[in-house]
Amino acid sequence: MKRALREPRIVFGVLFLLGLCLIAILAPYISPYDPLEIYPSESLQPPSARHWFGTDNLGRDVFSRVLHGTRYSLVLGLLAIAISGTFGVLFGLIAGYAGGKTDALIMRIVDVGLAFPSVLLALLVISIIGPGLTSIVLAIGISSTPPFVRIVRGSVLVIKELTFVEAARAIGVGKRRIILRHILPEVFAPALTMATLGLANAIFAASSLSFLGFGARPPTPEWGVLVSAARHQLRAAWWISTFSGLAIMLSVLSINTLGDGLRDILDPKLRGKI
Amino acid sequence: MIGYATRRILLLVLTLFVASLVIFGAMQLVPGDPILAMFFPRVPSPEVYQSLKRELGLDQPFVVQYLRYMGDVLLRGDLGESFKQLRPVSVIIAQNLWPTTELAIAGILISLAFGVPLGVLAGITASRWLDRIVMVFALIGVSTPSFWLGILLMLIFSLGLGLLPTSGVGGISRLILPGLTLGLYGAGYLARFARSSVLEVKHLDYVTTARSKGLSESMINLRHILRNALIPIITMSGLLAGYMLGGAVIVETVFGRSGLGHVLVNAISQKDFPLVQGILFFVVTMFSLVNLIVDLSYAYIDPRVKY
Repeated sequence: MKRALREPRIVFGVLFLLGLCLIAILAPYISPYDPLEIYPSESLQPPSARHWFGTDNLGRDVFSRVLHGTRYSLVLGLLAIAISGTFGVLFGLIAGYAGGKTDALIMRIVDVGLAFPSVLLALLVISIIGPGLTSIVLAIGISSTPPFVRIVRGSVLVIKELTFVEAARAIGVGKRRIILRHILPEVFAPALTMATLGLANAIFAASSLSFLGFGARPPTPEWGVLVSAARHQLRAAWWISTFSGLAIMLSVLSINTLGDGLRDILDPKLRGKI
Repeated sequence: MIGYATRRILLLVLTLFVASLVIFGAMQLVPGDPILAMFFPRVPSPEVYQSLKRELGLDQPFVVQYLRYMGDVLLRGDLGESFKQLRPVSVIIAQNLWPTTELAIAGILISLAFGVPLGVLAGITASRWLDRIVMVFALIGVSTPSFWLGILLMLIFSLGLGLLPTSGVGGISRLILPGLTLGLYGAGYLARFARSSVLEVKHLDYVTTARSKGLSESMINLRHILRNALIPIITMSGLLAGYMLGGAVIVETVFGRSGLGHVLVNAISQKDFPLVQGILFFVVTMFSLVNLIVDLSYAYIDPRVKY
C-alpha cells in the first residue's frame, strides 16, 4: 500500500478515476445545460464562456453532453470488466489448478477465442443478439475473457508449485480451501492489473462500437455517438468531435497509466505480456 | 522443429474447425428467419418461401447444413451467396481484399518504423528524460481511439491544410491518413513492448560478460542487446496483424474506404448473414495463418526456443 502511494502513476490514475466517478454521479447537477435539450437559435456555436465546448447542430451544449457521457462509458466499461473478470478468474483457476483434460479443454476454447481479432469477436456477438447497450457489454465482456483466462491460468501454474501451497497440501488441506485461501489471494495481483487495463480497453471498445452504430444510439450523449454524429459537421464545427474524443482519450490514458503502475509494483514479470 | 511444426499445424486445424462451428452455429442462433430477412421489407409468397427453403437447404438439420457449407468451402472455395447483394460471398471478399490488405500493410509498416526504433531508444538510453518522453508518446498512441484520431487527422491535413484527400481508395495519397490512424496504435504498442524487451536483455549475464571483455557500448548494444531483444517483437507483429484486421473495420468506416471491414459493418446492419459468416471465417483463417507463420519463423530464428 505504501509502495502504491509512492508510485506517481498509481496516485494519478486513482485520482483521475475517482474524478470520473464523481463526474458520472454528479453529471446532472454540475452540467450547465440539459444534455438533450435543443436550442435551435444557439446551433453550432464555437467554444465560448457560455458554452465551454461549443454547441452542436441542434444547439445542445457539448460540455454538458460530454459530462453525461462519462456515465455511459464508465458503467459500460465496469460491467464488461465484471463479466470478463468473473469468467477469467473462474476458468483460469479451474484450468490452472485442475490441469490435465480440463485444462486442455478450457485452453482449446480460449485458443478459439484468441483466433478472432477482438473487435471481430465482439461484432460476432453483436450480430447474434443485435445492437444495443446490453449487447455491447456482453460483446466486450465475452471478447475480453480469453486473454484474462490465459493470464490467470499462467499465474496459477506458478503459484501452485510454491512451497506454501505444497505445505498446505502436505498437511491435508482440502482442494477447495487451497484454491480459495491460498491461490485466489495470490491471483489477485495479476487479476487486478488485467482488470484495470481491461477497463481502459472496454471503454475504448464501447465507444468504438457505438461509433459504428452498434451500441448507444443518438441522441444518447455517449462519447462514441458524439464523435460519430460530429463527423457530418466536421467542416462547420471542429469542436464537437475534438472535445468528445479528448474525453475518451484522457480516460483511457489515465486508466492505462494506473494499470501500468499496478503491474509494475504488483507483478513486474507481466510487463510485455499484458 | 518438425515435430513442433506438425503439432502447431494440427492445433491450427482444430482451432479453425471449432471457430467455424462457432461462427456457423452463431448464425443459426440469430433470431428471425433468414428467408424473411432476405426479402425484407417485402414478404415472399408461401410457395416461394418453401422452394427457397429447400433450395438453400434450410430444411435440413444443423449438422447436414454445416457439413454441406464446409464441403463447399473446402472443395470449391464457395462461401455461399450474399442475401442482399445476390452475389457469391467469395467474389465480394476477393473484390474488397486488396484495399484492406493495403491498409493493414501500411499500418504494420508505420507501427514497425516508429515503434521499434523509439522503444529500443527508450530502452538503451541512459537519459531518463528521453525514456519518459518516448513512453508518454507510446502511452498516448495506445490510448487514442482510432475513430477519433482519424477524424483529427482529417481535420488537420485535409480540411485545414488541404494536403490530402479525406476519403476513398486508390494511390498513396489516400493511404497515408488511414495508414497513420491504424499505425499509431501499433507504434505505441510496439514501442512499449520493444522497451521492456530491451530492458530484460540488458542485465543478462552475457551482456555483462561482453562488457567485461572490453567491448564498446555501441557494439554491445548492437550485437548483444538488440539482436536478442528484437526476437520477441516478431511474435508481437503477428498479433498486431490481428489488430490491423480489427482496426480496419473502424478506419474504413471513418475514411469511407471500401474494404472487408466496411462490408462487414454493412452486412451486420443489414442482417446479411452469409456475408457476415464468410468474412469472419475468412479473416479468422488469415489471422491464424499469419500467427502460424510467425510462430514457426520464431522457433526457426531463435534456437533457444524448444517445444
